[in-house]
Amino acid sequence: MSIWEYANPRKFMATSGALLPWISGLAAVVLSVSLIWGFFFTPDDYRQGSTVKIIYLHVPAAIMATSVWFMMLVTSLIWIIRRHHVSVLAAKAAAPIGMVFTLIGLYTGAVWGQPMWGTWWEWDPRLTAFLILFLFYLGYMALWEAVDNPDAAADLTSVLCLVGTVFAVISRYALLFWNQGLHQGASLSLDAEENVADVFAYPLWTAIAGFFLLFLALVLYRTRTEIRARRLKALIQRERMA
Amino acid sequence: MPDLGRYAVEVLSAYAGTLLLLAALIAGSIWKARRVLRQLREAEARRKAPK
Repeated sequence: MSIWEYANPRKFMATSGALLPWISGLAAVVLSVSLIWGFFFTPDDYRQGSTVKIIYLHVPAAIMATSVWFMMLVTSLIWIIRRHHVSVLAAKAAAPIGMVFTLIGLYTGAVWGQPMWGTWWEWDPRLTAFLILFLFYLGYMALWEAVDNPDAAADLTSVLCLVGTVFAVISRYALLFWNQGLHQGASLSLDAEENVADVFAYPLWTAIAGFFLLFLALVLYRTRTEIRARRLKALIQRERMA
Repeated sequence: MPDLGRYAVEVLSAYAGTLLLLAALIAGSIWKARRVLRQLREAEARRKAPK
């Protein structure tokens, strides 16, 4: 068995159709458990008070915001190199999800930053890179809508995805590159000195798993819709030509 | 309900805003999927219909 079998829309639809109820159910359970755990059953931080509970939304959303773009990069590269339609349709399906995760990251960051930093927004390297990433998501989605020919749209959006990857990398590693600004370092690290305490880390890892499963369920669901929409467009074009 | 102290507004608005955005994303995905599926079934029915 090869992964390229799933480039066949029929095979993808059959496999994703069987997996989707299980992944959706698991996503609902893991995400609910993590947010209830984080909100109701974790203590306040000695410096940040109850605002530490925002970590269970902000960190998973921010991690997924850049991860979704990297997934789009891989699927766009597969389109450019091997011309598999399912691959680029998966990138198209993922973009709105990544955009919403980026928006959640920006919103919860502003709400958390106001009481902790005394400002909603700062032109700090990580925050600015995240805002540009958000604009790239909007631009990517707008480009798909603006170009009528699906293959031309796939080519152009794939190139845009390659360019936007620069900002996805900067968003994730801005603190390592510049080491300045208000934003703190990584909350989760292999270095025990840098890591948050276990009482916060366990529900946080669970929330990250929940956001990832939600993404997986939504991207499969939305890719199925994009495959159907592509078939619909082909049928309508055939009707017009007849 | 945990005691959120003087940061209750910030914490509650972060959770409410996030859940609202996720709900809108899921609802939008379901709405589009249903619309496309309905239109596809109609188009396939037209194609199969005798001329």
